[in-house]
Amino acid sequence: MIKILTKIDGINNILENNNLLEIEFEKNNIIKIVNELKDNDELNFNQLLDITAVDYPSREFRFDLIYILQSLRKNKKIILKTFIKENEKIESITNIHKSADWYERECYDLFGIEFINHPDLRRIMTDYNFEGYPLRKDFPLTGHTEVRYDDLEKKVIYEPVKLTQEFRNFDSESPWEGMENKLFGDEKSSDEN
Amino acid sequence: MKEVELNTTTINFGPQHPAAHGVLRLVVELEGEVVQRAEPHIGLLHRGTEKLIEYKTYLQAVPYFDRLDYVSPMCQEHAFALATENLLGINVPERAKYIRVIFAEITRILNHLLNIPAYAADIGAVTPFLWCFEEREKLLEFHEAVSGARFHAAYFRPGGVHQDMPEGMEEKLYEHFKTFPKFIDDLESLLTNNRILRQRSVDIGIISKSEAIEWGCSGPVLRSTGVAWDLRRSQPYDAYDQVDFEVPVGKKGDCFDRYLVRIEEMRQSISIINQCLNKIKPGPISIEDNKITPPKRNQMKKSMEALIHHFKLFTEGYRVPAGQVYSAVEAPKGEFGVYLVSDGSSKPYRCKIRAPGFAHLQTLDHLSKGHLMADIAAILGSLDIVFGEIDR
Repeated sequence: MIKILTKIDGINNILENNNLLEIEFEKNNIIKIVNELKDNDELNFNQLLDITAVDYPSREFRFDLIYILQSLRKNKKIILKTFIKENEKIESITNIHKSADWYERECYDLFGIEFINHPDLRRIMTDYNFEGYPLRKDFPLTGHTEVRYDDLEKKVIYEPVKLTQEFRNFDSESPWEGMENKLFGDEKSSDEN
Repeated sequence: MKEVELNTTTINFGPQHPAAHGVLRLVVELEGEVVQRAEPHIGLLHRGTEKLIEYKTYLQAVPYFDRLDYVSPMCQEHAFALATENLLGINVPERAKYIRVIFAEITRILNHLLNIPAYAADIGAVTPFLWCFEEREKLLEFHEAVSGARFHAAYFRPGGVHQDMPEGMEEKLYEHFKTFPKFIDDLESLLTNNRILRQRSVDIGIISKSEAIEWGCSGPVLRSTGVAWDLRRSQPYDAYDQVDFEVPVGKKGDCFDRYLVRIEEMRQSISIINQCLNKIKPGPISIEDNKITPPKRNQMKKSMEALIHHFKLFTEGYRVPAGQVYSAVEAPKGEFGVYLVSDGSSKPYRCKIRAPGFAHLQTLDHLSKGHLMADIAAILGSLDIVFGEIDR
């Protein structure tokens, strides 16, 4: 299968580990590659399982955009990965895989990645009129607003988050790794049981 | 300018409605009583599970998976455990694999025992609901016996399972599943040939093979169209390659086929559990590496090292080598996958959850077009929608 994949142009890198195929490509080739993967009889990746992203704020190409495809005939899964910058847009694949519709909406909602030619790119997971992109690493875990029912105004109101206790994120990671070799004179500890 | 008269009515369905199976809000455009367009609004139960997991250690992330699809908790822990084990490069002991398969199948039965009567209730039958809940209660006792909790079990953990089954559990399971097929027969006698159920479900919400694949459907929805696709068979994990079972498929892909597939899956699950009970042998239930699984309590009383391991495991957690993995299991609702990215620390860098219901709900507009408003309830019920996993 890797042989056939190398023939498709636009693919930069092919990796295989843990029985999982992964290819990296330029974002402009997305339509061509997804089409080829679907239509090529030797590959037949006809089911789109998921679209998601991973945020690396320190990188120039901030997001890893990930497409997970499955071939029912070849019984194989493949991960497509491309890198995009913060305000870059990418072509939507809703014309190739119908199920991409909601997955792309979710990606837009949670990461702020825009898809060109998407039929209906609206927020999907978050509240109506929500602001910000929650799954970006610079979005705080507690969010920005909280809601409550106001008895005087007789409606639900939004206000900035007030934390009664400061947000704490403990870093309990030890700076040292466990010792690999046994201590001299400590042999007895293992045959205790 | 020509004046166009619109004959459609737009109505709002949910988010609080008994047939919405949770907090689904539907905007339905009707012409008379015929559905022209059904647009689901989801996210009303969005709790930011994926974001929360990024701030928790791998072990602390396990209970979040119980709370996704809260009627089939253990199958989702299974996907997360497999993903983490894959990154850690560990292989769980034989007994843990069998225990996992047994409880994954019990979970499958539990899920179908909720979905089938809920579906029946949506289209008019109340009795199955009462019957199935009694049976569910009996099965939940097995959940409770091994994990201490009826629903939020946190039982399948990276490295194995939390604790061994109590003594005599195998016999109890065996005894229970000897009588259970009779219950399925009784349930079927109420439903399968019921005229009302058939009128409400045959030829309703038909999806074809190619459409089902195109829309990302999996599980009973995909199988009802005639595609014999089951991850337990095609990409076996844990002990599924050690057991024999049939993959039931439908013919038409309508609501009734989905119902029949689920009934048959329960029978197959019983057979899988019985095979596992015959093959299971005593042995360790999790890997014996205290860097990943906690030491036994009595060891902690005696050994300083065990105490340190325990402390480090429950504060820092264990570090997972950097990498990415996608692991999927055949959950009762379909393919439940976890895409896990590790940066080498003790917390996941990113954990994307692929919920089968998300893809299924997306097809609702397509499935309900041209049907009556009342059929939407039937279609929703047959898709097996649970909002915990869709909204995440």
